[in-house]
This record gives sequence, C-alpha cells and structure tokens, in this order.
Amino acid sequence: MQVNENKEFQPLIVAFCCNWCSYAGADLSGTNRLNYPTNVKIIRVPCSCRVNPMFILRAFQRGADGVILCGCHPGDCHYTSGNYFTRRRMTLLFGMLDFLGIERDRTRVEWVSAAEGAKFAATMNEFTEAVKKLGPNRRLEDLRCRKQ
Amino acid sequence: MQEAMIKRAKELLADGTVDRVIGWKKGEFVYDHTPAVFTSAQDIEENFVCDELTSANLSKYLVKETVREGKVLAFLKPCDTYSFNQLVKEHRIDREKVYVIGIPGGPKLDIEKIKAKGITGILSVKNENYTLKIDTLYGASEMPFYEAVSEKCANCKSKKHVVYDELIGEDGDVLDSGRFETVEKLENMTAQERYDFWRSELSKCIRCNACRNVCPACTCEKCVFDNPSSGVENKAAADSFEENMFHIIRAFHVAGRCTDCGECSRVCPQNIPLHLLNRKFIKDINELYGTYQAGENTTDKAPLNDYKMDDCEANVVHERGVE
Ligand code: FES
Repeated sequence: MQVNENKEFQPLIVAFCCNWCSYAGADLSGTNRLNYPTNVKIIRVPCSCRVNPMFILRAFQRGADGVILCGCHPGDCHYTSGNYFTRRRMTLLFGMLDFLGIERDRTRVEWVSAAEGAKFAATMNEFTEAVKKLGPNRRLEDLRCRKQ
Repeated sequence: MQEAMIKRAKELLADGTVDRVIGWKKGEFVYDHTPAVFTSAQDIEENFVCDELTSANLSKYLVKETVREGKVLAFLKPCDTYSFNQLVKEHRIDREKVYVIGIPGGPKLDIEKIKAKGITGILSVKNENYTLKIDTLYGASEMPFYEAVSEKCANCKSKKHVVYDELIGEDGDVLDSGRFETVEKLENMTAQERYDFWRSELSKCIRCNACRNVCPACTCEKCVFDNPSSGVENKAAADSFEENMFHIIRAFHVAGRCTDCGECSRVCPQNIPLHLLNRKFIKDINELYGTYQAGENTTDKAPLNDYKMDDCEANVVHERGVE
C-alpha cells in the first residue's frame, strides 16, 4: 500500500485585491458559499494602483507561483482613476517579465466588482488551474526564501 | 571641432556669461576621457578634449551643478539634449543656470570593440577616411571605422538638438533607425530561448550599480537599491532572483522617461546589453499607447503618468506573446 498518493502540485497564488471592489467581491463569493481554491492568499490593498511592481516581484521571491491583481472595473475605481494607471503599469511590467522569459501565465490582472462574487470564484479557479499546469515557479524564485 | 569648442568656452568664461564649463577631460589613457568641470581657461587649454571617444552624456552632472551658484556651460550632443530636456521637465535641472552649446554627435567609438579585435596597449586612435589608425605599444594596427562604432551610435535615433542656446556645427534630423530590431528578434524567440539569453547575460551582473549611477533618468536622492534592509542591496551567488529584480525594477523606474541614450550599456563593465530592457519598454509604449519620445519637449505628459479610458487591457501581453 502506498501512503503518499496525493502528491499533486499545489501552487501558491497571491491575489492583490483592492479594498473597494475585489475584496468585497471575494467576501461575497464567501457569503454565497462559492468555492475557490485555498491556494489563493488574498492581500488587501487600498486600490489596485497601490501595487508597486516590486510587490509582484517580492511575491514571486517569497515563493508565489502566480500573482493576480484584482481591482474595480475601469471607470469604477474608488479613487477615480487608480486602475487606469494600474492597467498601463502592469501591462508594461508583464510584458517585461515575458520578455525575460518568465512565463506570462503566472501573472494576470482582472477587474472584479463588489457584486461579482461568482466572477471572483471563477477567476480564481481558472487562474489556479493555469498556474498548476505551469508547475512551480523556478525562473523568478529566491533560493534563500525557499522553505525547507 | 575641439578647437572651436575650446575657443568658445574660453570666450564665455572670459566675458562672465558662465563661470564653469562642463566637458570631457583627458584621462590616463586616450580612451578614458571622463566628464569634468573646468573653471579656468588654462585648465581648458590643457585638458579639454572632444573626439570620437568622448561619448559620456553630460546631462546628469548638471543636476548637481545647477544646485550651485553661477551659470555653467555644457556641451551637449544631440542625444544628450533629450536627457537634458527630460531633466528640465522633471525639475531636476535649473534651465536658467545652464548655457547649452549643441555640438554634433557621433558616431562615437566603442573601445571595447577595438579591444575585442585583440588590439591592446592602445596609445592613440585616429580616424583617417573611415579607417582607424591605431598606434599601440606593440606597433601600429588598423581597422575599419564602422566596425568600432558604438551600439548607440550605430542605432542613432536623432541628430537633432532639441534644446540649445547656440550651436557649433550643424543641426541634423530625427532619424528612422532600426533600434528596435534586436528587441523584436528576442520577442520572436520562444520563452525558453529568451530566458536562456537573459540568464546568460544577467548572471554576469556584479551589481556594481554603474548603470544606475550613470543613468540620466535615475536621479532620486534615495534609491530603493540602497536600502540595506531590502535584502537585495548586494549580489547573491547562484540566485536568479536578485539580478532579475534589479534589472526589471531599474528599467521599470525609468520607463516612459528613458530617452534611450544608451549610457547603461556603455558603462556596464560586463557588457550586458541593458539598453534592450529599456528599449522593450519604449517599444511597448510606442505600440500600445502611441509613439512617445522622452525628452523631445518639456510639455508632453509621460505615458505612465497618463491614461486613456480605452487603453488595452493587460492581457495584450498574452495576445501578443509568442509561444
Ligand atoms: S479602488 Fe478599486 S481599483 Fe482603485
């Protein structure tokens, strides 16, 4: 009899969610009893544009296998225009990661409103699956941070 | 041209228009001319130099120079005027305190390309009809001029001075160069090939910070990379994260402000083609948000300080990507 059967790779996903929409959306998906993977660790940020490119890299450094950034829909940002800036920034950053050969499927930006609990759960399910397929993040990891 | 520059510098010093001159000074070897500030006519007479090997961009030095009293004369090549403009726009240089003389640009030579031919002990380099006559400790040698032209001059983006108070020589035009070709070539590779390419380049990095220190767009008083508790202030062996992070963030912090002056690659002691990272950002900005040349004027909004309602979504990266 084998003991360690369940060795399937479980990715670690970091999700940056803006306080006003996506975090509430995540909450809603919880109160609606929708399932999304436990791999997803949510970090609440005041606005999607609070996310510095360094945050994304740091997440990868500390062992994340995928990073997703969620914010209000364009036009709905609590601070009027934050997510428009996020959109440009992240487009460039992800383009650069891709340019350096780091799998572009490990990063994503998604707009989730406070009413879209179902979308939140679906997005997370889908994203986790995608990252699972890619396997562990090796190209942008910091060996010193690896858990023994 | 050097004579004309020296003459003009001395005149301006003598009539009190300026009280300092920033230019290039002869170094220990013919090929290491370094940027320098001159305060006397005699000093200029003895040490001032401007030839095919004075490629340093002088704009950044003006940040510190214009904080001081008095006016300074700066000799700027066309590409340097873009950096100058960008710094004026960011209020890092006080335009009133600088007297800009535009001088013709390159093509400048890359000494590394000469050395790569196995030519060592270089005593002098002369350009005669586009053949380089190189005098060395071990005798004379020569090579075609164009084989030694620096990367940035071979892909010159503009011979036009975007700002000046007076000109020595003639003004040129904005050129249509093939400067994005290498970026494109890389983009068309597979992710694995690109990864391998950048690993082999970035792993050479010794974290000397020369690229950051020379960059005319990097003028923050406090820099993220100097933070001793960041855990990334020095090089860690056998770790790809540090190098990736440093180079991504370095390029990102100047995205939309980088004028593509090529100084980062020029000073890199390991010859890493760092300008390709900056060019990738410039290329993406041009393609996604409309053509933008940093430093072209002092009024346009930088692309990362701006947005449009109908900008593309971040997943264009996926759509445009190559597998
Ligand atoms: S507050 Fe949600 S994106 Fe700005």
